[in-house]
Amino acid sequence: MSDFTSEFWGWYIGVITVVSVAACALLLQLMSRRRQVSDADTTGHVWDEDLQEGNNPLPMWWIGLFWLTIVFALVYFALYPGLGHFGGLWKWTSAGQYQQEVAQADAQYGPLYAAFEAKDLRQLAGDPAARALGQKLFLNHCAQCHASDGAGSKGFPNLTDRDWLWGGEPETIKASIAAGRNGLMPPMGAALGGEEGVKDVANYVRSLSGLANDSVRTARGREKFQQNCVACHGAEGKGNPMLGAPNLTDKVWLHGSSQATIVETILRGRNNLMPAHKDILGDAKVHVLAAYVLGMSGSQTPEVAAVPAGKP
Amino acid sequence: MAMTHETIEKNTPLLMVLIILAIIWGGLVEIVPLWFQRSTTQPVDGLKPYSAVQLIGRDIYVREGCYNCHSQMIRPFRAETERYGHYSVAGEFVYDRPFQWGSKRTGPDLARVGGRYSDDWHRAHLNNPRDLVPESNMPGYPWLASTPADGAGLVQAKMTALRKLGHPYSDIEISEAPAALAGKTESDALIAYLQVLGTAIKRR
Repeated sequence: MSDFTSEFWGWYIGVITVVSVAACALLLQLMSRRRQVSDADTTGHVWDEDLQEGNNPLPMWWIGLFWLTIVFALVYFALYPGLGHFGGLWKWTSAGQYQQEVAQADAQYGPLYAAFEAKDLRQLAGDPAARALGQKLFLNHCAQCHASDGAGSKGFPNLTDRDWLWGGEPETIKASIAAGRNGLMPPMGAALGGEEGVKDVANYVRSLSGLANDSVRTARGREKFQQNCVACHGAEGKGNPMLGAPNLTDKVWLHGSSQATIVETILRGRNNLMPAHKDILGDAKVHVLAAYVLGMSGSQTPEVAAVPAGKP
Repeated sequence: MAMTHETIEKNTPLLMVLIILAIIWGGLVEIVPLWFQRSTTQPVDGLKPYSAVQLIGRDIYVREGCYNCHSQMIRPFRAETERYGHYSVAGEFVYDRPFQWGSKRTGPDLARVGGRYSDDWHRAHLNNPRDLVPESNMPGYPWLASTPADGAGLVQAKMTALRKLGHPYSDIEISEAPAALAGKTESDALIAYLQVLGTAIKRR
Protein backbone atom coordinates (compact mmCIF):
# COMPACT_ATOMS: atom_id res chain seq x y z
CA MET A 1 0.00 0.00 0.00
CA SER A 2 1.99 2.94 -1.28
CA ASP A 3 -0.68 5.20 0.24
CA PHE A 4 1.15 5.08 3.58
CA THR A 5 3.96 7.48 4.34
CA SER A 6 6.16 4.52 5.32
CA GLU A 7 6.30 0.76 4.74
CA PHE A 8 6.15 0.39 8.50
CA TRP A 9 2.41 0.97 8.69
CA GLY A 10 1.51 -2.00 6.54
CA TRP A 11 3.48 -4.28 8.85
CA TYR A 12 2.06 -2.51 11.89
CA ILE A 13 -1.52 -3.27 10.83
CA GLY A 14 -0.72 -6.82 9.75
CA VAL A 15 1.16 -7.78 12.91
CA ILE A 16 -1.37 -6.28 15.35
CA THR A 17 -4.24 -7.97 13.51
CA VAL A 18 -2.61 -11.40 13.46
CA VAL A 19 -1.52 -11.09 17.11
CA SER A 20 -5.09 -10.13 18.09
CA VAL A 21 -6.63 -13.12 16.37
CA ALA A 22 -3.99 -15.43 17.85
CA ALA A 23 -4.57 -13.95 21.32
CA CYS A 24 -8.30 -14.62 21.00
CA ALA A 25 -7.59 -18.22 20.04
CA LEU A 26 -5.15 -18.65 22.93
CA LEU A 27 -7.56 -17.16 25.47
CA LEU A 28 -10.35 -19.39 24.20
CA GLN A 29 -8.10 -22.44 24.40
CA LEU A 30 -7.09 -21.65 28.00
CA MET A 31 -10.62 -20.88 29.11
CA SER A 32 -12.14 -24.01 27.61
CA ARG A 33 -9.79 -26.43 29.41
CA ARG A 34 -11.75 -26.58 32.65
CA ARG A 35 -14.78 -28.82 32.17
CA GLN A 36 -15.74 -29.76 35.76
CA VAL A 37 -18.78 -28.21 37.40
CA SER A 38 -18.30 -27.73 41.11
CA ASP A 39 -20.49 -25.99 43.68
CA ALA A 40 -17.38 -24.86 45.52
CA ASP A 41 -16.11 -22.82 42.57
CA THR A 42 -17.78 -19.40 42.75
CA THR A 43 -16.91 -15.83 41.74
CA GLY A 44 -16.85 -14.92 45.42
CA HIS A 45 -19.92 -12.68 45.17
CA VAL A 46 -22.54 -13.19 47.90
CA TRP A 47 -25.98 -11.60 48.00
CA ASP A 48 -28.81 -11.93 50.46
CA GLU A 49 -26.70 -13.81 53.02
CA ASP A 50 -26.08 -17.00 51.02
CA LEU A 51 -26.85 -16.42 47.34
CA GLN A 52 -23.65 -17.11 45.34
CA GLU A 53 -22.60 -16.83 41.71
CA GLY A 54 -21.16 -20.07 40.33
CA ASN A 55 -18.04 -19.94 38.15
CA ASN A 56 -19.03 -22.56 35.60
CA PRO A 57 -17.14 -23.76 32.51
CA LEU A 58 -17.95 -22.19 29.14
CA PRO A 59 -20.72 -24.02 27.27
CA MET A 60 -19.51 -26.14 24.37
CA TRP A 61 -21.87 -24.54 21.83
CA TRP A 62 -20.48 -21.14 22.73
CA ILE A 63 -16.89 -22.31 22.41
CA GLY A 64 -17.76 -23.80 19.01
CA LEU A 65 -19.24 -20.50 17.80
CA PHE A 66 -16.17 -18.60 18.97
CA TRP A 67 -13.87 -20.95 17.02
CA LEU A 68 -16.13 -20.38 14.01
CA THR A 69 -15.63 -16.60 14.21
CA ILE A 70 -11.87 -17.12 14.36
CA VAL A 71 -11.97 -19.34 11.27
CA PHE A 72 -14.17 -16.75 9.55
CA ALA A 73 -11.64 -14.01 10.36
CA LEU A 74 -8.77 -16.04 8.90
CA VAL A 75 -10.71 -16.79 5.70
CA TYR A 76 -11.71 -13.14 5.46
CA PHE A 77 -8.11 -11.95 5.84
CA ALA A 78 -7.05 -14.40 3.15
CA LEU A 79 -9.57 -13.05 0.62
CA TYR A 80 -10.09 -9.38 1.50
CA PRO A 81 -7.72 -6.54 2.46
CA GLY A 82 -7.15 -6.46 6.21
CA LEU A 83 -3.54 -7.48 6.80
CA GLY A 84 -1.67 -4.36 5.76
CA HIS A 85 0.51 -4.93 2.70
CA PHE A 86 -1.24 -8.18 1.86
CA GLY A 87 -4.33 -6.95 -0.01
CA GLY A 88 -6.15 -10.29 -0.04
CA LEU A 89 -6.31 -12.98 -2.73
CA TRP A 90 -9.36 -11.42 -4.40
CA LYS A 91 -7.65 -8.00 -4.74
CA TRP A 92 -10.91 -6.38 -3.69
CA THR A 93 -11.17 -2.56 -3.49
CA SER A 94 -14.27 -0.41 -3.09
CA ALA A 95 -13.27 1.60 -6.17
CA GLY A 96 -12.80 -1.64 -8.12
CA GLN A 97 -16.24 -2.88 -7.11
CA TYR A 98 -17.69 0.46 -8.19
CA GLN A 99 -15.96 0.30 -11.58
CA GLN A 100 -17.32 -3.19 -12.06
CA GLU A 101 -20.84 -2.03 -11.23
CA VAL A 102 -20.54 0.84 -13.70
CA ALA A 103 -19.13 -1.41 -16.43
CA GLN A 104 -22.02 -3.81 -15.94
CA ALA A 105 -24.55 -0.98 -16.16
CA ASP A 106 -22.84 0.44 -19.25
CA ALA A 107 -23.07 -2.95 -20.93
CA GLN A 108 -26.74 -3.18 -20.02
CA TYR A 109 -27.88 0.38 -20.78
CA GLY A 110 -25.25 1.38 -23.34
CA PRO A 111 -27.09 -0.12 -26.34
CA LEU A 112 -30.34 1.49 -25.17
CA TYR A 113 -28.75 4.95 -25.08
CA ALA A 114 -26.90 4.30 -28.34
CA ALA A 115 -30.23 3.58 -30.02
CA PHE A 116 -31.68 6.81 -28.60
CA GLU A 117 -28.65 8.83 -29.63
CA ALA A 118 -28.90 7.52 -33.19
CA LYS A 119 -32.40 8.93 -33.48
CA ASP A 120 -33.27 12.47 -34.47
CA LEU A 121 -34.54 14.63 -31.59
CA ARG A 122 -37.98 15.22 -33.10
CA GLN A 123 -38.41 11.51 -33.68
CA LEU A 124 -37.20 10.72 -30.17
CA ALA A 125 -39.63 13.20 -28.63
CA GLY A 126 -42.47 10.93 -29.70
CA ASP A 127 -40.83 7.71 -28.47
CA PRO A 128 -42.59 6.50 -25.28
CA ALA A 129 -39.53 4.65 -23.97
CA ALA A 130 -37.32 7.70 -24.40
CA ARG A 131 -39.97 9.89 -22.80
CA ALA A 132 -40.23 7.61 -19.76
CA LEU A 133 -36.46 7.73 -19.33
CA GLY A 134 -36.40 11.46 -20.03
CA GLN A 135 -38.98 12.12 -17.36
CA LYS A 136 -36.85 10.34 -14.73
CA LEU A 137 -33.81 12.37 -15.75
CA PHE A 138 -35.87 15.56 -15.73
CA LEU A 139 -37.19 14.93 -12.22
CA ASN A 140 -33.67 14.25 -10.94
CA HIS A 141 -31.79 17.04 -12.65
CA CYS A 142 -34.16 19.74 -13.92
CA ALA A 143 -37.25 19.86 -11.70
CA GLN A 144 -35.46 21.81 -8.96
CA CYS A 145 -35.60 24.94 -11.12
CA HIS A 146 -38.12 24.19 -13.89
CA ALA A 147 -40.62 22.39 -11.57
CA SER A 148 -41.60 18.74 -11.87
CA ASP A 149 -44.21 19.55 -14.54
CA GLY A 150 -41.79 21.83 -16.40
CA ALA A 151 -43.88 24.94 -15.76
CA GLY A 152 -40.99 26.77 -14.08
CA SER A 153 -41.36 29.51 -11.50
CA LYS A 154 -40.39 33.14 -11.05
CA GLY A 155 -37.04 33.60 -12.77
CA PHE A 156 -36.95 30.03 -14.09
CA PRO A 157 -38.49 29.53 -17.53
CA ASN A 158 -41.63 27.56 -18.24
CA LEU A 159 -40.68 24.78 -20.65
CA THR A 160 -44.22 23.73 -21.51
CA ASP A 161 -45.20 26.81 -23.50
CA ARG A 162 -43.95 27.58 -26.99
CA ASP A 163 -41.99 30.61 -25.85
CA TRP A 164 -38.22 30.26 -25.89
CA LEU A 165 -35.58 32.69 -24.67
CA TRP A 166 -32.75 31.06 -26.61
CA GLY A 167 -34.74 29.41 -29.38
CA GLY A 168 -36.82 26.24 -29.49
CA GLU A 169 -35.16 24.38 -32.33
CA PRO A 170 -34.25 20.82 -31.23
CA GLU A 171 -30.51 21.39 -31.55
CA THR A 172 -30.78 24.73 -29.73
CA ILE A 173 -32.55 23.10 -26.79
CA LYS A 174 -29.85 20.46 -26.70
CA ALA A 175 -27.14 23.14 -26.74
CA SER A 176 -28.88 24.98 -23.88
CA ILE A 177 -28.81 21.85 -21.74
CA ALA A 178 -25.26 20.82 -22.67
CA ALA A 179 -23.44 24.13 -22.40
CA GLY A 180 -25.82 26.08 -20.17
CA ARG A 181 -26.96 29.66 -20.76
CA ASN A 182 -26.35 32.94 -19.05
CA GLY A 183 -28.89 35.63 -19.85
CA LEU A 184 -27.44 38.81 -18.45
CA MET A 185 -29.47 42.00 -18.19
CA PRO A 186 -27.25 44.78 -16.83
CA PRO A 187 -28.58 47.30 -14.28
CA MET A 188 -29.85 50.23 -16.36
CA GLY A 189 -30.82 52.74 -13.63
CA ALA A 190 -27.96 55.18 -14.23
CA ALA A 191 -28.23 55.09 -18.02
CA LEU A 192 -31.97 55.77 -17.93
CA GLY A 193 -31.72 58.72 -15.56
CA GLY A 194 -32.58 57.21 -12.20
CA GLU A 195 -35.85 55.83 -10.90
CA GLU A 196 -38.10 58.25 -12.82
CA GLY A 197 -36.50 57.32 -16.12
CA VAL A 198 -36.79 53.66 -15.24
CA LYS A 199 -40.50 54.08 -14.52
CA ASP A 200 -40.97 55.72 -17.92
CA VAL A 201 -39.31 52.79 -19.67
CA ALA A 202 -41.28 50.32 -17.55
CA ASN A 203 -44.51 51.95 -18.76
CA TYR A 204 -43.37 51.75 -22.36
CA VAL A 205 -42.43 48.06 -21.89
CA ARG A 206 -45.89 47.37 -20.45
CA SER A 207 -47.46 49.11 -23.42
CA LEU A 208 -45.67 46.74 -25.80
CA SER A 209 -47.79 43.81 -24.66
CA GLY A 210 -50.94 45.85 -24.18
CA LEU A 211 -50.79 46.17 -20.40
CA ALA A 212 -52.16 49.24 -18.62
CA ASN A 213 -49.72 52.16 -18.81
CA ASP A 214 -49.41 55.88 -18.27
CA SER A 215 -49.38 57.45 -21.77
CA VAL A 216 -47.15 60.39 -20.81
CA ARG A 217 -44.57 58.14 -19.23
CA THR A 218 -44.86 55.72 -22.15
CA ALA A 219 -44.05 58.46 -24.65
CA ARG A 220 -40.97 59.47 -22.68
CA GLY A 221 -40.01 55.84 -22.14
CA ARG A 222 -40.20 55.01 -25.86
CA GLU A 223 -37.37 57.43 -26.54
CA LYS A 224 -35.19 56.08 -23.74
CA PHE A 225 -35.93 52.53 -24.88
CA GLN A 226 -34.79 53.34 -28.41
CA GLN A 227 -31.53 54.76 -27.05
CA ASN A 228 -30.67 52.12 -24.47
CA CYS A 229 -32.54 48.86 -24.91
CA VAL A 230 -32.75 48.06 -28.61
CA ALA A 231 -29.28 46.54 -28.82
CA CYS A 232 -30.60 43.44 -27.08
CA HIS A 233 -34.39 43.64 -27.17
CA GLY A 234 -34.63 44.96 -30.75
CA ALA A 235 -36.28 48.11 -32.06
CA GLU A 236 -39.73 46.56 -31.73
CA GLY A 237 -38.96 44.90 -28.42
CA LYS A 238 -39.26 41.43 -29.90
CA GLY A 239 -36.04 40.25 -28.26
CA ASN A 240 -33.09 38.33 -29.63
CA PRO A 241 -32.68 34.59 -29.09
CA MET A 242 -28.96 34.88 -29.88
CA LEU A 243 -28.53 36.81 -26.62
CA GLY A 244 -31.37 35.24 -24.71
CA ALA A 245 -33.03 38.68 -24.65
CA PRO A 246 -36.74 38.11 -24.07
CA ASN A 247 -39.51 39.23 -26.39
CA LEU A 248 -41.25 42.06 -24.51
CA THR A 249 -44.34 42.15 -26.73
CA ASP A 250 -45.81 38.78 -25.72
CA LYS A 251 -47.67 37.77 -22.57
CA VAL A 252 -44.83 35.65 -21.17
CA TRP A 253 -43.01 37.20 -18.21
CA LEU A 254 -40.09 35.46 -16.59
CA HIS A 255 -39.89 37.64 -13.50
CA GLY A 256 -43.34 39.21 -13.52
CA SER A 257 -45.21 41.91 -15.42
CA SER A 258 -46.22 44.29 -12.63
CA GLN A 259 -44.76 47.76 -12.92
CA ALA A 260 -42.86 47.30 -9.67
CA THR A 261 -41.22 44.09 -10.91
CA ILE A 262 -40.29 45.58 -14.26
CA VAL A 263 -38.79 48.61 -12.49
CA GLU A 264 -36.80 46.23 -10.27
CA THR A 265 -35.60 44.30 -13.32
CA ILE A 266 -34.42 47.44 -15.07
CA LEU A 267 -32.88 49.02 -11.96
CA ARG A 268 -30.98 46.03 -10.64
CA GLY A 269 -30.58 43.93 -13.78
CA ARG A 270 -31.04 40.17 -13.94
CA ASN A 271 -28.60 37.33 -14.12
CA ASN A 272 -30.40 34.24 -15.42
CA LEU A 273 -27.97 31.39 -15.20
CA MET A 274 -28.60 27.89 -16.46
CA PRO A 275 -25.63 25.68 -15.50
CA ALA A 276 -23.99 23.48 -18.14
CA HIS A 277 -25.03 19.85 -17.84
CA LYS A 278 -22.75 18.13 -20.31
CA ASP A 279 -20.16 17.21 -17.69
CA ILE A 280 -22.82 16.22 -15.19
CA LEU A 281 -24.92 14.00 -17.48
CA GLY A 282 -22.84 13.11 -20.53
CA ASP A 283 -23.91 13.40 -24.16
CA ALA A 284 -26.37 10.51 -24.29
CA LYS A 285 -28.50 11.73 -21.39
CA VAL A 286 -28.43 15.31 -22.64
CA HIS A 287 -29.81 13.98 -25.94
CA VAL A 288 -32.65 12.11 -24.21
CA LEU A 289 -33.44 15.13 -22.03
CA ALA A 290 -33.49 17.49 -25.01
CA ALA A 291 -36.04 15.21 -26.67
CA TYR A 292 -38.11 15.12 -23.49
CA VAL A 293 -38.11 18.92 -23.17
CA LEU A 294 -38.98 19.23 -26.85
CA GLY A 295 -41.92 16.88 -26.35
CA MET A 296 -42.97 18.71 -23.20
CA SER A 297 -43.30 22.00 -25.07
CA GLY A 298 -45.34 20.47 -27.86
CA SER A 299 -42.79 21.93 -30.26
CA GLN A 300 -42.33 18.65 -32.08
CA THR A 301 -45.94 18.49 -33.26
CA PRO A 302 -46.74 19.68 -36.80
CA GLU A 303 -48.72 22.64 -35.41
CA VAL A 304 -45.46 24.31 -34.60
CA ALA A 305 -45.05 25.33 -38.23
CA ALA A 306 -48.29 27.29 -37.93
CA VAL A 307 -47.11 29.34 -34.97
CA PRO A 308 -46.80 32.92 -36.17
CA ALA A 309 -43.49 34.74 -36.26
CA GLY A 310 -42.61 36.41 -33.00
CA LYS A 311 -43.56 33.25 -31.13
CA PRO A 312 -40.38 31.27 -31.72
CA MET B 1 -0.60 -10.30 42.86
CA ALA B 2 -2.58 -12.74 40.75
CA MET B 3 -4.72 -11.14 38.03
CA THR B 4 -7.98 -12.70 39.12
CA HIS B 5 -11.54 -11.54 38.58
CA GLU B 6 -11.57 -10.37 42.19
CA THR B 7 -8.34 -8.38 41.99
CA ILE B 8 -9.55 -6.42 38.98
CA GLU B 9 -13.05 -5.65 40.18
CA LYS B 10 -11.87 -4.49 43.60
CA ASN B 11 -9.15 -2.20 42.27
CA THR B 12 -10.76 0.71 40.45
CA PRO B 13 -7.62 2.37 38.97
CA LEU B 14 -6.51 -0.99 37.56
CA LEU B 15 -10.01 -1.58 36.15
CA MET B 16 -9.89 1.85 34.46
CA VAL B 17 -6.47 1.20 32.91
CA LEU B 18 -7.58 -2.16 31.55
CA ILE B 19 -10.82 -0.69 30.11
CA ILE B 20 -8.86 2.07 28.36
CA LEU B 21 -6.41 -0.49 26.96
CA ALA B 22 -9.26 -2.60 25.64
CA ILE B 23 -10.81 0.43 23.88
CA ILE B 24 -7.48 1.65 22.50
CA TRP B 25 -6.62 -1.74 21.02
CA GLY B 26 -9.06 -1.50 18.10
CA GLY B 27 -8.11 2.12 17.46
CA LEU B 28 -4.45 1.14 17.10
CA VAL B 29 -5.31 -0.51 13.81
CA GLU B 30 -8.42 1.37 12.73
CA ILE B 31 -7.48 4.99 13.58
CA VAL B 32 -3.73 5.48 14.08
CA PRO B 33 -2.62 4.43 10.54
CA LEU B 34 -5.02 7.01 9.03
CA TRP B 35 -2.74 9.76 10.35
CA PHE B 36 0.03 8.37 8.16
CA GLN B 37 -1.97 7.76 4.99
CA ARG B 38 -1.51 10.15 2.07
CA SER B 39 -5.10 9.87 0.79
CA THR B 40 -6.54 10.96 4.13
CA THR B 41 -4.07 13.68 5.10
CA GLN B 42 -3.22 15.44 1.83
CA PRO B 43 -5.65 17.65 -0.10
CA VAL B 44 -6.67 16.50 -3.58
CA ASP B 45 -5.15 18.57 -6.40
CA GLY B 46 -6.90 21.91 -6.69
CA LEU B 47 -8.50 21.88 -3.24
CA LYS B 48 -8.19 25.25 -1.51
CA PRO B 49 -8.96 26.14 2.09
CA TYR B 50 -12.31 27.94 2.40
CA SER B 51 -12.11 31.68 1.71
CA ALA B 52 -13.20 34.06 4.46
CA VAL B 53 -16.75 34.30 3.04
CA GLN B 54 -17.03 30.55 2.45
CA LEU B 55 -15.71 29.83 5.93
CA ILE B 56 -18.37 32.01 7.54
CA GLY B 57 -20.96 30.38 5.28
CA ARG B 58 -19.81 26.99 6.46
CA ASP B 59 -20.30 28.01 10.08
CA ILE B 60 -23.86 29.08 9.20
CA TYR B 61 -24.38 25.66 7.59
CA VAL B 62 -23.32 24.07 10.89
CA ARG B 63 -25.31 26.52 13.02
CA GLU B 64 -28.54 25.90 11.13
CA GLY B 65 -28.02 22.15 11.40
CA CYS B 66 -28.06 21.50 7.66
CA TYR B 67 -26.14 18.27 8.33
CA ASN B 68 -29.21 16.88 10.06
CA CYS B 69 -30.93 16.42 6.70
CA HIS B 70 -28.14 16.74 4.11
CA SER B 71 -25.13 14.46 3.90
CA GLN B 72 -21.90 15.46 2.17
CA MET B 73 -20.64 12.04 1.26
CA ILE B 74 -21.26 10.38 -2.08
CA ARG B 75 -20.62 6.68 -1.66
CA PRO B 76 -19.02 4.63 -4.45
CA PHE B 77 -22.28 3.14 -5.70
CA ARG B 78 -23.61 3.74 -9.19
CA ALA B 79 -27.02 4.72 -7.81
CA GLU B 80 -25.35 7.63 -6.03
CA THR B 81 -22.86 8.72 -8.66
CA GLU B 82 -25.61 8.82 -11.32
CA ARG B 83 -27.42 11.40 -9.28
CA TYR B 84 -24.68 13.33 -7.50
CA GLY B 85 -21.48 12.88 -9.52
CA HIS B 86 -18.11 11.33 -8.69
CA TYR B 87 -17.96 9.57 -5.33
CA SER B 88 -16.34 11.52 -2.51
CA VAL B 89 -12.67 10.94 -1.71
CA ALA B 90 -10.96 11.54 1.64
CA GLY B 91 -8.59 14.20 0.30
CA GLU B 92 -11.53 16.51 -0.42
CA PHE B 93 -12.21 16.95 3.30
CA VAL B 94 -8.81 17.84 4.75
CA TYR B 95 -9.88 21.46 5.28
CA ASP B 96 -13.19 20.50 6.89
CA ARG B 97 -13.05 20.76 10.66
CA PRO B 98 -15.24 18.99 11.46
CA PHE B 99 -16.34 17.35 8.22
CA GLN B 100 -20.04 17.53 7.37
CA TRP B 101 -20.49 13.99 6.07
CA GLY B 102 -23.68 13.60 8.08
CA SER B 103 -25.50 10.32 8.48
CA LYS B 104 -28.98 10.97 7.17
CA ARG B 105 -30.55 12.15 3.94
CA THR B 106 -33.93 13.75 4.36
CA GLY B 107 -32.77 16.10 1.62
CA PRO B 108 -30.30 15.29 -1.13
CA ASP B 109 -26.57 14.88 -0.66
CA LEU B 110 -24.73 18.20 -1.05
CA ALA B 111 -21.14 17.00 -1.52
CA ARG B 112 -21.15 18.23 -5.16
CA VAL B 113 -23.87 20.87 -5.08
CA GLY B 114 -21.31 23.53 -6.13
CA GLY B 115 -22.22 25.00 -9.52
CA ARG B 116 -25.31 22.85 -9.77
CA TYR B 117 -27.73 25.77 -9.33
CA SER B 118 -27.40 29.50 -9.82
CA ASP B 119 -26.86 31.90 -6.92
CA ASP B 120 -30.32 33.33 -7.56
CA TRP B 121 -31.80 29.87 -7.24
CA HIS B 122 -30.13 29.35 -3.86
CA ARG B 123 -31.26 32.78 -2.68
CA ALA B 124 -34.91 32.09 -3.51
CA HIS B 125 -34.69 28.49 -2.31
CA LEU B 126 -33.18 29.33 1.09
CA ASN B 127 -35.84 31.97 1.61
CA ASN B 128 -38.70 29.59 0.90
CA PRO B 129 -37.96 26.28 -0.84
CA ARG B 130 -41.60 25.85 -1.94
CA ASP B 131 -41.38 28.92 -4.16
CA LEU B 132 -39.25 26.79 -6.47
CA VAL B 133 -39.96 23.20 -5.52
CA PRO B 134 -43.59 22.87 -4.41
CA GLU B 135 -43.01 19.27 -3.23
CA SER B 136 -40.16 20.28 -0.89
CA ASN B 137 -40.42 19.76 2.87
CA MET B 138 -37.29 21.76 3.67
CA PRO B 139 -37.90 24.64 6.06
CA GLY B 140 -37.34 28.21 4.89
CA TYR B 141 -34.47 30.27 6.28
CA PRO B 142 -35.69 33.80 5.54
CA TRP B 143 -33.56 35.48 8.20
CA LEU B 144 -30.32 34.61 6.38
CA ALA B 145 -30.93 37.24 3.71
CA SER B 146 -31.43 40.02 6.27
CA THR B 147 -28.67 39.14 8.75
CA PRO B 148 -25.14 40.47 8.16
CA ALA B 149 -22.54 37.72 7.82
CA ASP B 150 -20.06 37.38 10.67
CA GLY B 151 -21.84 39.85 12.95
CA ALA B 152 -19.55 38.70 15.77
CA GLY B 153 -16.42 39.70 13.81
CA LEU B 154 -14.70 36.40 14.49
CA VAL B 155 -13.46 35.59 11.02
CA GLN B 156 -9.82 36.52 11.62
CA ALA B 157 -9.69 34.55 14.87
CA LYS B 158 -11.15 31.54 13.08
CA MET B 159 -8.69 31.76 10.21
CA THR B 160 -5.75 32.18 12.58
CA ALA B 161 -6.85 29.14 14.57
CA LEU B 162 -7.24 27.07 11.40
CA ARG B 163 -3.81 28.17 10.21
CA LYS B 164 -2.33 26.70 13.38
CA LEU B 165 -3.98 23.42 12.36
CA GLY B 166 -2.31 23.54 8.95
CA HIS B 167 -4.74 25.39 6.67
CA PRO B 168 -2.45 27.45 4.40
CA TYR B 169 -3.94 30.92 4.87
CA SER B 170 -1.61 33.79 4.01
CA ASP B 171 -1.27 36.93 6.16
CA ILE B 172 -2.92 38.93 3.39
CA GLU B 173 -5.92 36.60 3.24
CA ILE B 174 -6.41 36.95 6.98
CA SER B 175 -5.94 40.72 7.05
CA GLU B 176 -8.34 41.19 4.13
CA ALA B 177 -11.00 38.84 5.53
CA PRO B 178 -13.19 41.50 7.20
CA ALA B 179 -13.17 43.57 3.99
CA ALA B 180 -14.23 40.52 1.98
CA LEU B 181 -17.19 40.06 4.31
CA ALA B 182 -18.22 43.73 4.36
CA GLY B 183 -21.79 44.15 3.19
CA LYS B 184 -22.32 40.39 2.80
CA THR B 185 -25.39 38.77 4.29
CA GLU B 186 -25.50 35.32 5.85
CA SER B 187 -27.32 34.17 2.74
CA ASP B 188 -24.43 35.42 0.54
CA ALA B 189 -21.89 33.62 2.72
CA LEU B 190 -23.83 30.36 2.82
CA ILE B 191 -24.30 30.42 -0.96
CA ALA B 192 -20.58 31.08 -1.47
CA TYR B 193 -19.90 27.98 0.64
CA LEU B 194 -22.46 25.83 -1.19
CA GLN B 195 -21.12 26.89 -4.59
CA VAL B 196 -17.62 25.64 -3.83
CA LEU B 197 -18.66 22.25 -2.47
CA GLY B 198 -17.20 19.35 -4.40
CA THR B 199 -15.78 21.47 -7.21
CA ALA B 200 -12.13 20.49 -6.64
CA ILE B 201 -12.39 17.24 -8.59
CA LYS B 202 -14.15 16.46 -11.83
CA ARG B 203 -17.76 15.44 -11.59
CA ARG B 204 -17.45 12.21 -13.49
